[in-house]
Amino acid sequence: MDFDFNDEQREIKSTARDWLASRFKPEKVRELAEAESPYDEALWSEMCELGWPGIAISEEYGGQGLGVVEMVILLEEQGYALAPSPFISNAYAGALIAQAGSDEQKQRWLPGIASGERRAAAEFTNDPGPVVGAAKGSVVLVLAEGEGAKLVETDAATLEALDLIDSTRAYFTVSADGGDPLPGAVAPAVDVGAVAASAELVGVAARALDIAVAYAKDREQFGRPIGAYQAVSHRLAEMLWDVEEARSLLYYAAWCADSQPDSLPLAASMAKARASDAGCRVTHDAIQTLGGIGFTWEHDIHFFLKRARVSAQLLGPAGQHRDRVAELTGLEAPRTG
Amino acid sequence: MDLTLTAEEQAFRDELRAWLADNQPGPAPTGGDQVQFEFEREWQRKLHAAGWAGVSWPKEYGGRGATLIEQAIFGEELARAKAPRPANVLGLVMGGPVVIAHGTEEQKERFLEPILSAEEIWCQGFSEPESGSDLASLKTKAVKADGGWRITGQKVWTTFAHEAKWCMLVARSDQEAAKHKGLTYFLMDMEQDEIEVRPLRQITGEAEFNELFLEGAYVPDENVVGGEGNGWMVAITTLMNERAGLGASAALGLANTLDELVELAKERGRAGDPIVRDRVARLKIGIEGLRLGAMRALTATMKVGIPGPEGSVAKLQWSATAQALTELAVELGGVDALRTDSPWAYRFLRSRANSIEGGTTDVLKNIVAERVLGLPKLR
Repeated sequence: MDFDFNDEQREIKSTARDWLASRFKPEKVRELAEAESPYDEALWSEMCELGWPGIAISEEYGGQGLGVVEMVILLEEQGYALAPSPFISNAYAGALIAQAGSDEQKQRWLPGIASGERRAAAEFTNDPGPVVGAAKGSVVLVLAEGEGAKLVETDAATLEALDLIDSTRAYFTVSADGGDPLPGAVAPAVDVGAVAASAELVGVAARALDIAVAYAKDREQFGRPIGAYQAVSHRLAEMLWDVEEARSLLYYAAWCADSQPDSLPLAASMAKARASDAGCRVTHDAIQTLGGIGFTWEHDIHFFLKRARVSAQLLGPAGQHRDRVAELTGLEAPRTG
Repeated sequence: MDLTLTAEEQAFRDELRAWLADNQPGPAPTGGDQVQFEFEREWQRKLHAAGWAGVSWPKEYGGRGATLIEQAIFGEELARAKAPRPANVLGLVMGGPVVIAHGTEEQKERFLEPILSAEEIWCQGFSEPESGSDLASLKTKAVKADGGWRITGQKVWTTFAHEAKWCMLVARSDQEAAKHKGLTYFLMDMEQDEIEVRPLRQITGEAEFNELFLEGAYVPDENVVGGEGNGWMVAITTLMNERAGLGASAALGLANTLDELVELAKERGRAGDPIVRDRVARLKIGIEGLRLGAMRALTATMKVGIPGPEGSVAKLQWSATAQALTELAVELGGVDALRTDSPWAYRFLRSRANSIEGGTTDVLKNIVAERVLGLPKLR
């Protein structure tokens, strides 16, 4: 039993933390969030040189052949940096094709996804409408189709920008006729997508907590740092609890995806439910800790709140995942009709 | 990252499972506290005979020398087997480890074996009516007298006081010294007339705890642990022992109770109720979060000596989940679950203590804020 990263994973984490901190400084994130498109293609190219897009894709298709644990490390750090990037959508598309695609589909699309040179984007099925991150600039889309998924080349689809509160990522609605169905079952890859979204949420929450703690040490009112008051410090302690509990469930789900797939459905839904709540609550509580400045456009914290809210919806909000957890804990599905 | 058991851990678990299968303690007997206690004492004797009593203790002191992960497996397996707690639980998790860490060779020779065998039961005299969370403010006084000490004062929340031979007692041995400096850790013989034990009736109606009234109780010098004036440091060790490794078996215990709650929800026809489903799922997630956090903390402790931030919230996770679980149960169970003889009513009432005993939620949040987040102290 070793519930910790190994040396290689630790190395991936520290490299990611350093690289993201140097490339996605807060002023850069703000610049991208306020730009026409939040993606910087030069930074995407650097990310590709680091081999990130292919981290969990097998070497046969030009990937690094590592696992969901390693992918989750990169996503948590990207959430922490709030890095605008097409990474998550490309990675989820890759997971869907690797899981459910035919050999031909894999050979055709996975190498470009792994190198990042011909990237893909995926629909994170959602209610009420489909949401696709980073569709523009991708060559192929993986769209939900009934219980499964289909491939549609981006040129053949109609994209409409979806203007969500989170401006650190691009969202589109897509309409497309026809397409090339993935023959296999997508369910395990959808769970991996939920784990990916959870990773980003944990990173977002962890950063919001750090911002709030730093502020509470610095900001003085009534002659003391506000972090000395228990009304504030206890809320911060609860935020740490949120972050750490979500993180434990996240790492477990990532490990299940790689090593114990039978446990993935429950693990993924537990992780997504907890991370969605943690992301939303911790970013909200960070704003409360910051007080008035937290409500301004000038302070960065609102970007974290907005990202958390949108990511919490991706592949189902917390309540939907809790319903599945209940099902898998022995409560039979509610009667319909 | 590898959450599967190593070959050694697997062997440890298999051996334990096989032993538990052959040595099923069976259901707890009825007939009152004394009968229950003897049942627990008998269970500990069985554990001891097979070498399972001091699972965390070093081998040289009669223990098994288990790793932290193996200790967690031990807790989980006993919870899974619904085994009773061993009678001398305080001696095993606090008394023995303190004597091993701070005791003299003579003390180790004298005290350790009877703890393991449950021949001598241990109790704890820390809290006082005026000193709960602020333990170091305690006033029970120890005065030098004929080769030892005479102790006068009042202690509260002492479990097993009627059964105990030894009491781990912290008292103020130097009235002049600073708050934390003037304390000494004593092992007090409970068989003396200068000690009066009064049961403390609690919210459930039973008396799990006692008050101790000390009127010059005697402790010889050789029963001071860790030296005069070092009581705070020694006491902190025992409190840490009380908290360490709690998470994994606590999570398993809650998982057992959740299984019963799921059955209750089905019996009451509420399995399809979205609100019930949501609350059950929150409990499941809380329990798994506790279990997995404990595993992360144990791994970190084995690698670098201390748990990460995840370890600091385990007690908070446990108490909140345990209370929410019993609250849902008494709600689902309706008036039946609130009858005085209902096990759910008992669990609901008993769990009110979970956010107080072993460190209140309020104080633990201060500790997280100050030690983990580095926030300034209010004091």
